[in-house]
Amino acid sequence: MAKALLLFVRRAFFFSMIKICKTILTLANLIMGLEIEQPTVGLSKVAVSETHGEDSPYFAGWKAYDEDPYDELENPSGVIQMGLAENQVSFDLLEEYLEKHSEASTWGQGATGFRENALFQDYHGLKSFRQAMASFMEQIRGGRAKFDPDRVVLTAGATAANELLIFILADPGDALLVPIPYYPGFDRDLRWRTGVKIVPIHCDSSNNFQVTPQALEAAYKDAEAMNIKVRGVLITNPSNPLGATIQRSVLEDILDFATQKNIHLVSDEIYSGSTFSSSEFVSIAEILEARGYKDSERVHIVYSLSKDLGLPGFRVGTIYSYNDKVVTTARKMSSFTLISSQTQHLLATMLSDKVFTKNYIKINRERLRKRYEMIIQGLRSAGIECLKGNAGLFCWMNLSPLLKTPTKEGELSLWNSIIHDLKLNISPGSSCHCSEPGWFRVCFANMGEQTLEVALKRIHNFMEQKKTETN
Amino acid sequence: MTLTQIRTQSKEPEHPPRKPTGATGMRLIVPLQGVVQGRGGLILGSLIPCALFYFFHLYLKRHRSANPSSNPPSPSASSPNLADIPRTASRSNLSSRGSFGPGRASISTRAMSIAKPNDSPYYIGLDKVSGNPYDRTSNPDGIIQLGLSENRLCLDLIEKWMAKNLRDSIVGTDGDDLNINGITTYQPFDGLMELKVAMANFMSRVVGKVVSFDASQMVLTAGATPAVEILSFCLADHGNAFLVPTPYYPGFDRDMRWRTGVELVPVHCRSTDNFILSVTALEQAYNHARKRGLKVRGLLISNPSNPVGNLLPRERLFDILNFAQEKNIHIISDEIFAGSVYGEDEFVSMAQILEEEDFDKNRVHIIYGLSKDLSLPGFRVGAIYSYNENVLTAAKRLTRFSSISAPSQRLLASMLSDASFIEEYIETNKKRIGNIYGLFVEGFRRLGIRCMESSAGLYCWADMGKLIPSYSEKGELDLWDKLLNIAKINVTPGSACHCIEPGWFRCCFTTLTEDDIPIVIERIRKVAETCKSPG
Repeated sequence: MAKALLLFVRRAFFFSMIKICKTILTLANLIMGLEIEQPTVGLSKVAVSETHGEDSPYFAGWKAYDEDPYDELENPSGVIQMGLAENQVSFDLLEEYLEKHSEASTWGQGATGFRENALFQDYHGLKSFRQAMASFMEQIRGGRAKFDPDRVVLTAGATAANELLIFILADPGDALLVPIPYYPGFDRDLRWRTGVKIVPIHCDSSNNFQVTPQALEAAYKDAEAMNIKVRGVLITNPSNPLGATIQRSVLEDILDFATQKNIHLVSDEIYSGSTFSSSEFVSIAEILEARGYKDSERVHIVYSLSKDLGLPGFRVGTIYSYNDKVVTTARKMSSFTLISSQTQHLLATMLSDKVFTKNYIKINRERLRKRYEMIIQGLRSAGIECLKGNAGLFCWMNLSPLLKTPTKEGELSLWNSIIHDLKLNISPGSSCHCSEPGWFRVCFANMGEQTLEVALKRIHNFMEQKKTETN
Repeated sequence: MTLTQIRTQSKEPEHPPRKPTGATGMRLIVPLQGVVQGRGGLILGSLIPCALFYFFHLYLKRHRSANPSSNPPSPSASSPNLADIPRTASRSNLSSRGSFGPGRASISTRAMSIAKPNDSPYYIGLDKVSGNPYDRTSNPDGIIQLGLSENRLCLDLIEKWMAKNLRDSIVGTDGDDLNINGITTYQPFDGLMELKVAMANFMSRVVGKVVSFDASQMVLTAGATPAVEILSFCLADHGNAFLVPTPYYPGFDRDMRWRTGVELVPVHCRSTDNFILSVTALEQAYNHARKRGLKVRGLLISNPSNPVGNLLPRERLFDILNFAQEKNIHIISDEIFAGSVYGEDEFVSMAQILEEEDFDKNRVHIIYGLSKDLSLPGFRVGAIYSYNENVLTAAKRLTRFSSISAPSQRLLASMLSDASFIEEYIETNKKRIGNIYGLFVEGFRRLGIRCMESSAGLYCWADMGKLIPSYSEKGELDLWDKLLNIAKINVTPGSACHCIEPGWFRCCFTTLTEDDIPIVIERIRKVAETCKSPG
């Protein structure tokens, strides 16, 4: 009865408001003799919302780069892009493989290969590709966890995988707990169309930005205080922007917390193949295996080939869930974000080649480690320290000593001068919601070694200048 | 308050609460009923309801924590299956639940309905065929698929093109057209410009070169499915509605509604009109939606129509544009079968009308894709073509969730730019579809089954009304079941397409060869004999 009456009164209210407005308008019309213009056809709230975040500083730096991009020969004083986490260090390995194995990019002899592929739009995805992905994920984890191809759901990129998962795990108005600092894209991917909120889990430099049980509890209480229902915790492991793997004990704590609160745990392991040494990365899958998969239905892993394999243009992502219902639902929903069957076929061939993948993973790791060491050395000799990292395509640089004021404004003003004077596009910590000002994410894998040298030289000169200024 | 449930189509208008407690009740309710319907003057019509609303809100606020069930529950009344799903309502007590029994973190309410097994005959049929698909040599007793509008008639032409042009590996080093250099990295999410230009030219060719499409007004998506969903997200809010003429493609129920929370209001078309939309029906449906309290944001038409296969005449397109202008709503024109017109009738695209006449372009959005006309559903290529800058901006941003894989973009840009190949392909495709259509419809005619007049699409709309045991949806589904399980033929029943007249079935024939047709006809005949209703 109460429900029906409320509905009724609500409707009456709205109709009456419309009436009042109409009355006022007609009066105004009469008084001023104005002509009411034909209203332009409207768009939805989603369409006009700012949640896409493209006006934030994170993306403003990209504009500066687009307008004046660095080129070794053509534009040596242009802006160097260090804000894009792309892996270009191992492209030659891919090229070599594809040159030797043309059957991956054609469909071999005979008609059936191409025909079937061209018509294949099954949201289950090509079985051979799912198997290849599962085995690739196993290889990255050194065989310490097993992956079942039937639990692999394919999506067009990890962006789509994350969004899809949130559609399934949470209702509009619910919340996810995410440790800060986090990837700026989450604000858009997890919230925009889903209507879900993000409640930050506070981490700071005192313990290298690691998640603590106290911080988890505090975040949960924050959500409670705002009357918001928490549906899950989302972690990125290895972390973006920190460039470091999450320790086993911390993962255990987070899993225990999720179990105790009966919420989901999403582990975005998109950089798992970019850890500098295989042994340092512990996947949530390993923790589950050690626990005999007890109560694993709350855990979901997101992966993609955009970072580890350097193929973001191919749009390949996956959701790996230990929850049957999530797998079936995600599969159906993946109709909105299927991977081209041509790409599935190509990558299935490539990733099933265990010799190739083993070699690739090893060499990729090595090259990333070398790059990391190069940039750390370069920064250190300029007097800049970074967080100790062991993974990813970037480092987390500490410029807090350079801030005029230890505030977000101070950080943004420093960032502005780095873009305009140093001509380097790096990502300010505030765009990653970092609670401490002065941290910056610097990408090092999306360029050649020469370019990195140039960037380090610019930083060195800048720091020299600063030293002479203070003396 | 969140309405997270996807409402199933209910045909009755919602009634205001009718629980008069005696005469006093009636005296209270009747005038208030008028208020609800928007009648009543300023005092009765406006101030009293405002006051009522305010006090009610206060009452609820005070009693919320004590009585969670007084919150507006999700409208589950229309979906009985949900009654037994553990309720973890979004506003129930938030204190630490501690041990929640054998803890099972639940999925969202909107996911619940999607997780249910498909109950539409459209999907059930498709699943059954994949379990036992017909093959002339290896599985002659399998189920013949006539429920998937897929075009296999011209794959040989595409194969030939691939064989000729893909001879080198896709990693060429000297600027070879199809190499992957430069496309492994992040590309614009709304598609490579080279593909947009090629698509624009292809679309222009498909509609007979009477319109030119501008590549900068195009947004590419991974198939037409996300294109439809993205437009739904951009043009309507949760709880708003779109008008859709019936019968319509069963996939719209998923694409337009699942994650957007948008409703589809059917605009019923009848066989007496050849299932062509009438303005009267539009007005009726619009008013019906208004009465139910739904805000209509747009009209979704398929032209050429799926499942009927007919074309909207020019005058009807004018009527639709006028209607949309009058009601200030959007028009989504799904023209995905534009290249599959084999008949004599002229296909007129919305784009053509907009170029010729002076209508407000900002409300028109066209959907296209390569799954039907170019037989490449696996490659996932769809397009939104809009004249509205704001829609294009929003849609572009949303394509990050549904981008086309770059190597496929490169390959297709190359194929679509091959003008002589495309010319040959489009002409041959039309001829072959027309040919199979002719044979198929003739076979049906000999069985006494008439097909609706159609000139496009990969299917025919067959009237099997004489064969169904009772002139009702149940009778239709009985026949569908017989056809699926006894005749081993999967066709799509009209009820899955929300057709208001029972007995109609969509039969896709472009997956068949000429030799398969007699087999199909024979199987149907066997069932038809047993079905002939007396008199």
